[in-house]
Amino acid sequence: MTQTEAPVLPDATTATSAGRPADAPVPVVEMRDISITFGAVKALSEVSVRLYPGEVHALMGENGAGKSTLIKALTGVYSIDGGTVLVGGEQRSFGSPAAAQDAGISTVYQEVNLVPNLTVAENMMLGREPRIAGAINTFAMNRRAAAVLQRLGIDVDPRSVLGSHPIAVQQLVAIARAVDVDARVLILDEPTSSLDSDEVAKLFDVMRHLREKGVAIVFVSHFLDQVYEISDRMTILRNGRLVEERMVADTSQLELVQLMIGRDLEVLERLDRDAAAAAEEPAEPAVPVLTAVGLGRKGTLEATDLELFPGEVIGIAGLLGSGRTELARLLFGADTADRGSLEVGSATGRRSGRPGRRRLRSPRHAIDRKVAFSSEDRKGEGVIGDLTVADNMLLALQASRGWLRPIPQAVRTQLVDQYIKALDIRPADPHALMRNLSGGNQQKVLLARWLITEPELLILDEPTRGIDIGAKTQIQALVADLAAQGMSVVFISAELEEVLRLSDRLVVMRDRRKIAERPNDGVSVSDVLEIIAGPQATTTEKEETRG
Amino acid sequence: MSTATAPAAKQAPAPGTPRPDGSRSVWHRVKDFEPPTRFLPVFVTFALLVGMFGVGGARYDGFADPQTVLSLLTDNGFLVVLAVGMTFVILTGGIDLSVGSNVALSTVIAAKTLQMGWSPLLVVVTVLVVGTVLGTLMGLLIHYLDIQPFIATLAGMFLARGLCYLISAESIPITDDTFSTWAFSTLVLPGGYYVSWSAVVALVPVAVAAFVLASTRFGRTVYAIGGNESSAMLMGLRVASTKVAVYAISGFCAAFGGILFSLYTLSGYSLNAVGMELDAIAAVVIGGTLLTGGRGYVVGSLLGVMVLGLIQTFISFDGTLSSWWTRISIGVLVLVFVVVQRLLTRRQP
Repeated sequence: MTQTEAPVLPDATTATSAGRPADAPVPVVEMRDISITFGAVKALSEVSVRLYPGEVHALMGENGAGKSTLIKALTGVYSIDGGTVLVGGEQRSFGSPAAAQDAGISTVYQEVNLVPNLTVAENMMLGREPRIAGAINTFAMNRRAAAVLQRLGIDVDPRSVLGSHPIAVQQLVAIARAVDVDARVLILDEPTSSLDSDEVAKLFDVMRHLREKGVAIVFVSHFLDQVYEISDRMTILRNGRLVEERMVADTSQLELVQLMIGRDLEVLERLDRDAAAAAEEPAEPAVPVLTAVGLGRKGTLEATDLELFPGEVIGIAGLLGSGRTELARLLFGADTADRGSLEVGSATGRRSGRPGRRRLRSPRHAIDRKVAFSSEDRKGEGVIGDLTVADNMLLALQASRGWLRPIPQAVRTQLVDQYIKALDIRPADPHALMRNLSGGNQQKVLLARWLITEPELLILDEPTRGIDIGAKTQIQALVADLAAQGMSVVFISAELEEVLRLSDRLVVMRDRRKIAERPNDGVSVSDVLEIIAGPQATTTEKEETRG
Repeated sequence: MSTATAPAAKQAPAPGTPRPDGSRSVWHRVKDFEPPTRFLPVFVTFALLVGMFGVGGARYDGFADPQTVLSLLTDNGFLVVLAVGMTFVILTGGIDLSVGSNVALSTVIAAKTLQMGWSPLLVVVTVLVVGTVLGTLMGLLIHYLDIQPFIATLAGMFLARGLCYLISAESIPITDDTFSTWAFSTLVLPGGYYVSWSAVVALVPVAVAAFVLASTRFGRTVYAIGGNESSAMLMGLRVASTKVAVYAISGFCAAFGGILFSLYTLSGYSLNAVGMELDAIAAVVIGGTLLTGGRGYVVGSLLGVMVLGLIQTFISFDGTLSSWWTRISIGVLVLVFVVVQRLLTRRQP
């Protein structure tokens, strides 16, 4: 639509700098040698990216590699310390997201960035509402929003308040908002992390449609399969530096992962072997760490039975909204159950593990019984951005000790250093502010927070969502390790491969109840999908598992 | 919340419906109409007001008379204007403690300049400019230096109060003819009822603010900032200018209220309007606006002021109660409203 504005000059320079395919037109956005520094940390150094009209460009890299920083540099959230940004051949620097948006760059950020107190339509149209003589035309606004939602196949009332919908719907609304703008560049930072496969398929349809219209799409995702399905070209980053720009078709997934993490895949393969070995050992029928009988809560979860033994990993599979998270929250006492009973703590009764046949009233209660819960809502229920890494790590331990008994400084330092090293948290600085860490590293800090309390039962809800393959592998390895040491783990993930890789026993949820439970002996992804799908078989793109 | 929107959610976006919801028949629209739950707090305040009238009318002679309402407006016009400005600020999640002092400063400037023989129009303009500038300065501090609104406006409160004393420590009477005429002119309504013109003028900001908040992009931005400031910024909204503007508006409204107050008392005094900022905040809260921002309506604030005024009327009608009962009832009401709001919002996911 606007490529015609671009002068020919920069084309010559880009064509000589690397062997671009001959059919590639002038880049709509070119970022050259971008550097960004936060305090003493160099977040990006001399990274260059080119976006061409009509392509889906994947930005690949581990967490903390600089993908989000690069995006925020382009959209005017961060100011650039070195390098130039060319839009349509002209040098530009955006002082604010508004300026970038005016230049045709539309962004969906990793965390949903909408306002919960306004309606869906108001959120979608915020800042560009249709007006009659200066006054917002609410009817036109709702109609236009409804049309966009319908085109994307999102079944939401545009007049409902955004905050009343689950995160996945809010994410779709954020995408609808970005799509509605007549953008030249559409940036999608982890748009699929909370979507189910149907919603992902819809999103991809929209992306293909926009690509045909000549929009340049930046796609960031840690789902390699999705990247391979939709992307044309990719730029790989590692530790804030540019590794390579590649065509997706010319790069195998294995090669890509090696480029991203800068080492080979031994770790992953070893993990798979371990899991296979572990699965062969039959779980001995010991005293359960957790026994739930008929546990449920009105409107949230139907009565569910569950037993968990020491050293066992239970994987909970199911679609979004199937009751996975709800079950986890009941087990931890974050929500109170209104029926059934829950017995937690090994019968041997260690230090403060007081077993008792009663419901957990509060998380505090659960912590006292050596239960730990890492929520799926990292931003809202986990991370405290303005506290340091050390403070974030020690929160749960401090809570379980009570506020009157501070943790001695020496113990603090020792614990924090130990876990930063053990979990490979970067930057390895206990005094770094939590909000400056990447998603994967934040997740590791949250894990450390709970591991420090030495739990007997660890409940992990989507611990690897939105984080890259490297950190994901580390977390998976850690879970396997902990289970080997005798910790019981409830592992919830939308990624079935991951659930199958880690768990000894598998619980499948649907429609807010448990529909199946079986030992994980050679169960395949498609088996699980069949259980979830129930009588009607569905086709999904997730058939192929990655090794 | 979810139960209220569920039926609508099924109908409106139904894909493939031949008629988009804009063209549904009038009957269907009326049938499906459900007042959104976000108006609920305003309805509650309105019901409270009506209830108080009922009780008052039953207990005291001459209470249930339209003149009571009109007198309420006459006696509280300045507070209405203050509450309007305060609503903008609170909707963004901020607070403005300087408005009471700003009112006092306005009355002192008005009285002093009139004493010096300035023309009344020039006086009004000067007062409005001073108040707006004060508000703007606080807004700039709050946004660009990231200073807590509480602290920045606390400083503004002391500054304005101090400036009053600098101009005059004594009360200055206003003897200007034009001001006196404005002060005493009343609008006579059919049926022998009357209301002062300054009370009518006080309703203008309410109407303007209601329009701005409901139907302009600026208004949406105010709500968006109250909902989530960093999201609003990432959505490309003009957060900086809007945040400064709400404090400027609050300053302007305080100065406007100050002029109405000087008409009401026909004097300028540095000890005027001590604690009035708290009355304004109380009115806004009773009117259903969330102190955390993002939710509330100017109309609610108007009703909140009326409730506060009505409590006072109650006590003067009764005659046996100490006037401190006003404060006690306001305290109880604010508490009840905040608790109810807390319960209402907590139910939402």
